[in-house]
Amino acid sequence: MIAIIDYGAGNIFSVKNALDHLGVECELTSDKQRIESADKLILPGVGAFPAAMEMLAASGLADTIREQSKQKPLLGICLGMQLLFDKSYEFKECEGLGLIKGYVDKIDDEGLVIPHMGWNKLVYNHDCPLFSGLDEDYVYFVHSYKAFCDDKNLYAYCTYGSRVTAVAGDGKYVYGTQFHPEKSGSVGLKMLENFAGLM
Amino acid sequence: MLAKRIIPCLDVRDGKVVKGVNFEGIKEVGDPVECAYEYNLQGADEIVFYDITASHEGRGVMLDVVRNTAKKVFVPLTVGGGIATVDDIRETLRAGADKVSVNSQAVKNPQLIKDGADIFGSQCICVGVDAKAVGENKWTVYINGGRIDMKLDLIEWVKKCEALGAGEICLNSIDTDGVRGGFDIPMLRAVVDAVSIPVIASGGAGKLGDFADAFLKTDCSAALAASLFHFKELTVSQVKDDCRSKGINIR
Repeated sequence: MIAIIDYGAGNIFSVKNALDHLGVECELTSDKQRIESADKLILPGVGAFPAAMEMLAASGLADTIREQSKQKPLLGICLGMQLLFDKSYEFKECEGLGLIKGYVDKIDDEGLVIPHMGWNKLVYNHDCPLFSGLDEDYVYFVHSYKAFCDDKNLYAYCTYGSRVTAVAGDGKYVYGTQFHPEKSGSVGLKMLENFAGLM
Repeated sequence: MLAKRIIPCLDVRDGKVVKGVNFEGIKEVGDPVECAYEYNLQGADEIVFYDITASHEGRGVMLDVVRNTAKKVFVPLTVGGGIATVDDIRETLRAGADKVSVNSQAVKNPQLIKDGADIFGSQCICVGVDAKAVGENKWTVYINGGRIDMKLDLIEWVKKCEALGAGEICLNSIDTDGVRGGFDIPMLRAVVDAVSIPVIASGGAGKLGDFADAFLKTDCSAALAASLFHFKELTVSQVKDDCRSKGINIR
């Protein structure tokens, strides 16, 4: 069972709809025990970093996620990916979950339309099991902040002005996608299916 | 590189897709969930539902349409029409919409844009704007489906929308809408130059080349059409092929 962590942020039903469509067993939950008994975790999220982090910290979910990510696959989506990093500068400096080394800051290349909204093409930087059976293809992004990390943690990027971290990970159980796989048509569904198939 | 988006729009009344140029001539033509699914297969980058239902009961039906579409169509969904309050935005997003499009209500109450953006994030607040020329490079904003001139300068209004937190502008030209002679390039260019959020071109697509034309002549991010796709005169994939053949970056 995949636990989709419900901490009051974003359109989490989209992720559930996509997994239901794939026939993958999943549930929306904020319950610590359900999260501990799940095989895998998805951390969704749309909105602002500080508010999301506050909710995760206040509910104790931040610690549960940190601990569980050492023993089972975790996928952060959009803001959920950004939360995996050490910190963010959205509105103010704010600590993240600290599962991937790096930080999140505003997209500030000159002359760009912000938010980065729409379909952009992935460039693979390292092998990643999420890419299994997929060529570099277009996926759906919508965000105004982006993550900065070491090359070894950068699994895929796209170009919008400069490089945008599209898929990142810790080399072990932790994965994050800046784009929305649940809104990226057949390509995104395949990536979710690949995540569901991880051991 | 970010691809230019092609967006089909479905007009929905009481849970049915309708076609027609005015309210009297409207005909029901299909199931919105099926139509959205078909557009998805054609390669639509997003799908817009425009709810032209007036009644409160109709709103509930619209939310069911969104709920059912979100279970089988995995591209972004936008819902517009009749969204007047933060609660309307909340229930539309909870039904599975990724964005809402606010139009007349935002002109009457601009705070709706700010409240929506503050609570749900700018990325899900699209402001639909209907405008009409009043002189050389000068346009005013209309509401209620293009029936009431608010005497509000278009450029001032879109700048205000951006400042209030809108994540996107869907710009519909009343002058070109229904004429099928192409998008309103001067109006589009003026708005794209005035804001730094994405702008969707709407109103006027009548033939294959009109979409590429908008992308080649302005920096708009997306182009939207309803009747052209409704009447199956063109498919989304034909439009995308044409854009691609002209060197435009398309998914």
